[in-house]
Amino acid sequence: MEFGPYLLLASLEGAVTAAVLALTAVGLSLVFGVMRVVNVAHGEFFMLGAVLAWWIATTVGGHPALGFAVALVVAPLIVGVLAALADMTVLKRVAYDPERTIVATIGLLYIIQQVTLMTYGPEARPVEPPFNHRLAIPWIERVEGSWQLYYPWGLSTTSYKLAVIGAAAVVLLGVWALLARTRIGLVMRATQLDRDMATAFGIPVERVYALVFGLGAALAALGAVLVVPIQQAHYLMGGDPLLLSFIVVIIGGLGSLPGTVAAAILIGLSDGIISVFFSPTLAKIIATLLVALVLVFRPQGLFGTRAA
Amino acid sequence: MNEGLGKSAALHVGLIVVLAAIQFVLPEYHQGNLARIMVLAGYAAGYNILFGYTGLLSLGHALFFAAGMYGMGLSIRLLDAAPAPALLAGLAAGAVVSLVIGVLALRTAGVAFMIVTLMFAQAGYLTILLMGAYTRGDEGFVISQAQRVMWGIDLSDPVNRYYAALILFAACLLVTLRLLRTRFGRALIAIRENEERARMLGYDVFRLKLGAVVISGTMSAASGAAYGLLFGYAGAGFASVQYSIFPLLWVLLGGAGTALGPFVGTLFMFYLIDLSSGLTTAYMLVAGVVLVLVTLFAPQGLAGELRRRAWRWLP
Repeated sequence: MEFGPYLLLASLEGAVTAAVLALTAVGLSLVFGVMRVVNVAHGEFFMLGAVLAWWIATTVGGHPALGFAVALVVAPLIVGVLAALADMTVLKRVAYDPERTIVATIGLLYIIQQVTLMTYGPEARPVEPPFNHRLAIPWIERVEGSWQLYYPWGLSTTSYKLAVIGAAAVVLLGVWALLARTRIGLVMRATQLDRDMATAFGIPVERVYALVFGLGAALAALGAVLVVPIQQAHYLMGGDPLLLSFIVVIIGGLGSLPGTVAAAILIGLSDGIISVFFSPTLAKIIATLLVALVLVFRPQGLFGTRAA
Repeated sequence: MNEGLGKSAALHVGLIVVLAAIQFVLPEYHQGNLARIMVLAGYAAGYNILFGYTGLLSLGHALFFAAGMYGMGLSIRLLDAAPAPALLAGLAAGAVVSLVIGVLALRTAGVAFMIVTLMFAQAGYLTILLMGAYTRGDEGFVISQAQRVMWGIDLSDPVNRYYAALILFAACLLVTLRLLRTRFGRALIAIRENEERARMLGYDVFRLKLGAVVISGTMSAASGAAYGLLFGYAGAGFASVQYSIFPLLWVLLGGAGTALGPFVGTLFMFYLIDLSSGLTTAYMLVAGVVLVLVTLFAPQGLAGELRRRAWRWLP
């Protein structure tokens, strides 16, 4: 394949990564923004979403689209409720102290991961996509002085991958509408701005926290359900999304949602493109060092305006 | 105060004497375990200086442990160095790495400090994988018995190994106790209690914290180097996130900011995992549950609770 079509293919793969990453990272960013705590178990909620999607899809049976549709609704719901319960039983009791929360969520990380290993097992299992048509993409080429369309070999995507990108965009718009246009969003933003003042105005801050923590985890789970038909469900799959979400949230400015989405697109696309040209290990080293240095020298992030 | 000093000296010297004597009665399996625990307790003691006494929570100490281990291991493997200079190379590697990381990471505070140290450690781990030609990556490399004879003493022999581990642990304990009696050590505690006030009183907080990072990192590197030399193996697994979490877990469990805590926590956790790995392969579940329970119910840790309830003089 020539360079042009190759780059287009890498960008398309990157766009799918970016879409799923945006959902996961917005979940993490929301939790950090409103509650000022870092949820290290976020990647495990992602993994839990994928594993539940497999479980639901195999239990429901019938046409793959049916099982998938049920999983799309039920898996994030279950994960969200579990996360809200974890918030009420653990995080509330450490009074959302930033450092103790990190330690407690590291504990949660191991608990979720190892319980999944004990019940679901160490296998990687696929979920069938609800629909999957191969779409060849044309490319233009100059032949004997005139432009011609042709279909390069290997340049294709699937209808499902495009649907993932579309679905992520719709959900992100929904999150934005929830925060900006509804009463519950208003309450969340009030809590984020000034917790004590919100309490004084009669906002049940602890219930808001549980809701936000659940919502953040549910977004990660939703991203995972969307990605399992492309990538299999495995009990260790939470590590990479956690690291990438961290990177995205930091680059985008801690707690800033538009910044997070912009950074997710940037990181997702460049991850797709860089890993085509460099060794993936080297790409990861560069990315982690970059993030560390951004935090050291520009703690408000590349797009953020507010200090962390 | 002086009475406390006497009691504290008696307690810590007593612990070392008991550890030295118990070797004669322990079965070989537990003797090996205890040697491991003592080396790892040295690592935890290093972590405790930064976390327990200075109040800085790092999630990247595996980088310092691995710097010591690979500084030692690679000088033996690639340069054919003798064990003593190799150990020094490990220490030097730990000091340099912790100085560089300290200068960068200490520009941040709180949650950002935790993430920055985590990211640097992750970059270090990936670098070890990338340099697979020298480090053999995840698989690691073995340091043969012939390469582990220091000054005519074969460190692969269980009894020699046990005493070498004890010497390392005693040294780490001594450095911790000594540090607490110096102006520097007391200034670190002042920073932990109230950084703004320490700054107001005219302390150069950045330099003090940098000193704590370097001492802590070098002590961790010493344990990493000793671990590699005594057990004859260096692998990338020791640089992974898990090995940054472990010292945090041990110190939290044993009691952050107590000299004895790191050893108590390491001992307790090591045997907890050892016993549960007989029951299930998912032994990290135990680590997770303990982490959550300790954060919820005993934020002071075991030795901390002991100090709160009975022995107020515990350093």
